[in-house]
Amino acid sequence: MTSFSFYRKLASFLLLIVGSQSVMAQTPPPAPATDEPELVEFDTSKTRSIAVPALVAPAPVDTAAGNSAALGRQIAEVISSDLRASGVFETQGPNGLRAIALPEVTAPQFDYWKGRTVEQLVQGFVRVGGDGNLTVGCYLYDVGFGNETTRLGFNVPPREWRRAAHKCADAIYAKLTGELPFFDSRIAYIAETGPKGKRVKRLAIMDSDGANHRFITNGQATALTPRFSPNYKSILYLSYVDGNPRIYVYDIDAGRQRLITQSRNPTFAPRWSPDGQTILYSMAVAGNTDIYKISASGSGTPVKLTTSPSIDVGGSFSPDGRQIVFESDRSGSQQIYVMNADGSNQRRISFGSGRYATPEWSPRADLIAYTRIAGDFRVGTMRPDGSGERLLTDSWQDEAPTWAPNGRVIQFFRTAKGSGKTSIWQVDLTGSNERQLPTPVDGSDPAWGPVLP
Amino acid sequence: MKTNTIKMAAILLASTALVAGCGKKKVEALPPVAEGTEYAQPEPAPPAPVNQIVPGSQEDFLQQVGQFGDRILFETDRFNVDAEDQATLQRQAQWLALHPNARITVEGHADERGTRDYNLALGERRANSAKNYLTSIGVDASRIETVSYGKERPSALGSDEQAWAQNRRAVTVTVQ
Repeated sequence: MTSFSFYRKLASFLLLIVGSQSVMAQTPPPAPATDEPELVEFDTSKTRSIAVPALVAPAPVDTAAGNSAALGRQIAEVISSDLRASGVFETQGPNGLRAIALPEVTAPQFDYWKGRTVEQLVQGFVRVGGDGNLTVGCYLYDVGFGNETTRLGFNVPPREWRRAAHKCADAIYAKLTGELPFFDSRIAYIAETGPKGKRVKRLAIMDSDGANHRFITNGQATALTPRFSPNYKSILYLSYVDGNPRIYVYDIDAGRQRLITQSRNPTFAPRWSPDGQTILYSMAVAGNTDIYKISASGSGTPVKLTTSPSIDVGGSFSPDGRQIVFESDRSGSQQIYVMNADGSNQRRISFGSGRYATPEWSPRADLIAYTRIAGDFRVGTMRPDGSGERLLTDSWQDEAPTWAPNGRVIQFFRTAKGSGKTSIWQVDLTGSNERQLPTPVDGSDPAWGPVLP
Repeated sequence: MKTNTIKMAAILLASTALVAGCGKKKVEALPPVAEGTEYAQPEPAPPAPVNQIVPGSQEDFLQQVGQFGDRILFETDRFNVDAEDQATLQRQAQWLALHPNARITVEGHADERGTRDYNLALGERRANSAKNYLTSIGVDASRIETVSYGKERPSALGSDEQAWAQNRRAVTVTVQ
């Protein structure tokens, strides 16, 4: 096959992706429709072997992000790394695998890969167009059956090559597990440095794999509990910049921030509603903390949702926006409650031993993640009716779980006893595949955003 | 090592004195060094000049309310002001009565065994408990600000009961 006919064939499925508004060329298969709150549909004890040779770069040229041949290898590395980190796959390559010729991309040598005990094969190419953008083709083959199962293509500016890799890994993950994708997403968190008694805490953001890391605040004021807006344009977080704990909305592009509400009272524990239209927060008035909501537009008046004389704090919307899960010590100790979004029908759902804190509703609606305090802090999940409690981690202090956009992986932060050093970890819903995320300095308060468009 | 050497010397001198004894004046033994003392005893600080502490200042406040008189401590998850706390806050109120222009901030803190948001709320409760008691004994509420630091600013750095007890606190700081 000539290169010309190859690209003509390719053009039939390529979608143009403009600027940062990249879109998936192919919609991933939907997760199996089920009302059962099954914890995991795939068997993580049986990992699948995937080979990811370097993507082919026909007629390599230099781009703004390096030579396209190097990008072909780097994209394969990111795909391989994403899939391996998911815990579901054993990956080979690109290191240690032979180079692929362009015709092989659409006509794999299945017998060769069978000989390497590979079950699944990912191949692809990187081409640089006349406009300088990259066209990345990504193909998934079932080696045993000898057929193609997924193909997709992206057109991205060179600087966004990692997103093409994440989209490819997401499509493969979705195809092979039946779960929704989550690699092409971002995380806001607090970067920590300095001794325990004088910790410097800065707002920072990064890709889901720790790449493209960026500090947003300089650390002069303590920053806590960030939350990415659903469209990734702004971040809610707490800052002591005026000496008091207050929630601000930080506009990422403009580099400016504003208070969410003009009040002399301390505000904390911010959350977005799933549609980004409403901000949930906690406010202490004369020492008593209750939960409020306010329009994200900056106009409108706050609506008070709880009225108990106890601490009502935190809160996280259900994916349909109709309910809110929050914590309260109205029973005498911290426990998890659910209420309607207007504050009605407040009811306790946690009844196990110990205290329960920091609930976050899964984007898939089926579960609520929380911190269980019984001396140590552990991360767990329960159904929205409080049943099916499961503890996923076991360490001195694992705190503040945040869901991956597919609701199948949970991130949290771990504090070391004594030193107070913090690190960001993730674990899947079976409690296995626990691993630390790479961050340039210590990290806490992770908040996982949705899959990028 | 240094400690041991000094001790040895002390014992040696003492035995020499015993042997030499007999009506002679005893050789003065060196004062014993405290067990586990790692550093030389500090020189006693020279008395501060009287005019160095400005009345109404933070230094003056700390000197007048006594050691740890700037803070009250709490049980786990509690925020009530007990009799001991009341005595502490009364001394603070006396100082405030002497300095009617002074203003204070009460900082509420929690230990590291609570989650972040809850601890911010708990710190608020503790700071307000101290404020409410101070106002109940006559301090004008307008002179008192509160701020919660949750578990962000521990005073004791360990991860043990003793450190946690010191960190569950409401600390009064004068506003300059």
